[in-house]
Amino acid sequence: MSAPKRPLVRVANGQGFWGDSILGPIRLVREGPLDYLTLDYLAEVTLSIMQKLRGRDPSKGYATDFVRLIERTAKDLVEKDVKVIANAGGVNPRACRDAVLEALRAQGLTGVKVATVEGDDILEDLDALAAKGEAFTNMDTGEPLAGVRDRVTSANVYLGAFPIAEALDTGAQIVITGRGTDPGLVLGPLIHEFGWGPEDLDQLAAGTIAGHIVECGAQCTGGNHTDWRSIPDMAMIGYPVVEATPNGDFTVTKHDGTGGRVDVNSVVHQLCYEMGDPANYITPDVIADFTSVSIEQDGTDRVAVRGAKGLPATPTYKVSLSYADGWKALGQLTISGPDAVAKAELAADIVWKRLAYDGFEYAEDERLVEFVGANVCHAGVEVPDAGEPSEVVLRMGVKGADRAKIDRFGSELVPLVTSGPPGVTGFAGGRPKATEIIGFWPALVSKEHIGTTVTVSES
Amino acid sequence: MTTVLLSRIAAARSGDKGEGSNVGIMARSQAAYEFLREWLTAERLKSHLAGINAGDVVRYEADNMRVLNFILTDSLGGGGSASLKTDAQGKTHGLAALRMRVDVPDEVLAATPEA
Repeated sequence: MSAPKRPLVRVANGQGFWGDSILGPIRLVREGPLDYLTLDYLAEVTLSIMQKLRGRDPSKGYATDFVRLIERTAKDLVEKDVKVIANAGGVNPRACRDAVLEALRAQGLTGVKVATVEGDDILEDLDALAAKGEAFTNMDTGEPLAGVRDRVTSANVYLGAFPIAEALDTGAQIVITGRGTDPGLVLGPLIHEFGWGPEDLDQLAAGTIAGHIVECGAQCTGGNHTDWRSIPDMAMIGYPVVEATPNGDFTVTKHDGTGGRVDVNSVVHQLCYEMGDPANYITPDVIADFTSVSIEQDGTDRVAVRGAKGLPATPTYKVSLSYADGWKALGQLTISGPDAVAKAELAADIVWKRLAYDGFEYAEDERLVEFVGANVCHAGVEVPDAGEPSEVVLRMGVKGADRAKIDRFGSELVPLVTSGPPGVTGFAGGRPKATEIIGFWPALVSKEHIGTTVTVSES
Repeated sequence: MTTVLLSRIAAARSGDKGEGSNVGIMARSQAAYEFLREWLTAERLKSHLAGINAGDVVRYEADNMRVLNFILTDSLGGGGSASLKTDAQGKTHGLAALRMRVDVPDEVLAATPEA
């Protein structure tokens, strides 16, 4: 550990996932004190889509939402010296950087440093890595990659936080990465500020836990909360801010005057999100123990998290590969009462019979029928008896390897309007079409086979 | 003993994990946590959510958060973009768990504030 640059650092997360509201980060920059703004734009499916976009146009393949955000906030970011870390680079961080530099120059902001972190995208290196002995065996199923190798559409390593810290060390105002761990977006600036090294396991664990708490944006400030009636002003919900200190202890809070609530319960809600073994949260930087921390209320909308413990990181990175895994089609129609459920059951039966007449049969595990409004989400669980629903949404889907067979399904749903039971409506959007299923292939790769590069440019 | 819904003594959050989902059950008091740690076994939750989850259920404990974390190993109809289900991410599985009926000792109920 080297000397900290300052005793307290404020890191906020303004984007919990690809598709989150742009108001989160805009309001964070506008409404309160902030040193770092982190933004997560990547879901697992995103990188595969971005590879496809880049294949069609070499200047694409990154999260364009981020450029829109820079256009709207750049002047404030520079004036208030808020540093930004975003995984918006997708599979093309340099194109993202170029678009950001252009957006900065368009507003007369020159001399702003923008750094990229690269090295996560190993799609082009898969065969070379295989020659070095990397098998990319499926972590969940134990299957060898050979079975899907020719259908792989993206391959990205979950990089850790140290390359982000290295990028910040260059004085960059904006850091653009590709795939990395979500908590690393928060841990990176803490490593940079507090001089933490790979041996500072408890601090790295603390920064990782802080990152996990804020990585889904408003999910720790009262969003998606069991006791939703008690959450104030959800419309203007505040996005989370971590106040971190050099020994690792931190406070989760939000800006004054914003909606939502930060209390032990809202923070624990988020600690539970996508949790596996709480004592072994594995990242490339450290294995964090979520059961080691004390979590206490420390004033209104302030929760103190102290005493994190960490174990040494593993010698491998996780890799997320995606591959083309067949086709699916989904469609829906609304069916009014009286007798909405009985009519929806008949309608579904009609669709399968007509398809079968034409030679298209779908196995049990290749098709799905749902009557939305008649307890789909909590199937099999006792729910309050609301009587016969006044309408249901008939939702039907099929999947399989044969695209033509999946498309054929889509053309038998809409005819129900005139040749099925009465009260069938809501068919806007036309025939459902086959879309590609993106399969995921989690694997490990030795850290010694992966290199990262930090590049800095100026507007 | 009083029969209540699990939501009376616990909150929940759930989300996707590969082809399954996790359900974090947060006890609303220390007394409720100690009761649930004994009562809410992986088997009990598995049976309650049998209409949602086709696979095994694994349980972890986090005493510092009063959390029991359950992994439903086959609850998403394939998971990721292969799922045809409305709730392909298991977002609603926590609320489904909270609809379980529980016979709670009166002293535990008295020690557990309502939401």
